[in-house]
Amino acid sequence: MQSNSSMRTPLGRVRGLGSAKSGTGHFWLQRVTAVSNLILAIIFVFVVISLVGKPYPAAVATLGNPFIAILALLFILSACVHMRLGMQVVIEDYVHTEGLKILAVIANTFFAIAIGAASAFAVLKLSFGG
Amino acid sequence: MGGPLDRRMILAEVKPAARPLSPHLQIYRWSWTMAMSIAHRVTGTGLYLGTVLIAAWLVAAASGPAAYDAAQAVAGSIIGLLVLFLYSFALLHHMVGGLRHFIWDMGHGFDPQTRTNLAKYSVFVSGGLTLLVWIAALALR
Ligand code: HEM
Ligand code: HEM
Repeated sequence: MQSNSSMRTPLGRVRGLGSAKSGTGHFWLQRVTAVSNLILAIIFVFVVISLVGKPYPAAVATLGNPFIAILALLFILSACVHMRLGMQVVIEDYVHTEGLKILAVIANTFFAIAIGAASAFAVLKLSFGG
Repeated sequence: MGGPLDRRMILAEVKPAARPLSPHLQIYRWSWTMAMSIAHRVTGTGLYLGTVLIAAWLVAAASGPAAYDAAQAVAGSIIGLLVLFLYSFALLHHMVGGLRHFIWDMGHGFDPQTRTNLAKYSVFVSGGLTLLVWIAALALR
């Protein structure tokens, strides 16, 4: 990391780079998915309220409804991208051992994708039946 | 302190300098903005971990009536209800905290009075919303 000589000043070497080496893209996508999370979370608070106490067939009918299923898939995508970005920042703030940090950031990505894949598969199965 | 030919005086100084470190939690006096900043991180992390439960619930629903009823029984237990209540509060608190971030991102709400009020009200707004959601859910059950 730290070389002993350089033509570039420390400021010059870090300018434009966040700790993730692509600071503004990360920041911006976190905001964009925060906006989509905001809209979709409000919708799903109502969906979940409507599900309370419903028997299985009614719950499946609600979750499998094409409109709700599409919104659910969008929420899954939006939330998983957002939470992966957010947790990466938390990891970068607290884990300073380089190898451990890389492992944690990779594990974070795997976690977000695994949660997203399982949730999306469940929603699709509820919609298409079988 | 080298002569004019010391390359350090020509090229950039890149030795790690002994810079002052910023103090952390145990140094600062607690304030509303600090507490709500921490709450945003804590709720974000809680929501993150809780997605395991949401995914498990969706998979149970997709697996058939037996698995769904089992998941509903867990969700309806005392511990299940407590976790659900905390999760709904975390979501709504994080959501209201996110709105605060949007206000800041637009360049507003930085003066001391406003930022303290924004932090303070975010607790009451999100707490009130959580109670409303639970009242609605129990009333419509
Ligand atoms: C309900 C709508 C949501 C809004 C408006 C929202 C907004 C935000 C914003 C603006 C940030 C960046 C804060 C910063 O830069 O310091 C953030 C961070 C974060 N969000 Fe969300 N979010 C929402 C939902 C979620 C959900 C559903 C999850 C997880 C499943 C989540 C997990 C996180 C995490 C882990 C962070 C990082 C926390 C940190 O760096 O301190 N958010 N959120
Ligand atoms: C949950 C809300 C919290 C927030 C928003 C927060 C925020 C931060 C930030 C922004 C940094 C600087 C990261 C960097 O640039 O290196 C930091 C560092 C640190 N935080 Fe926190 N913090 C929180 C909670 C905690 C807690 C609960 C602890 C310990 C019990 C803690 C321990 C530390 C330590 C030890 C560092 C220094 C890490 C280092 O630079 O070596 N933090 N925190």
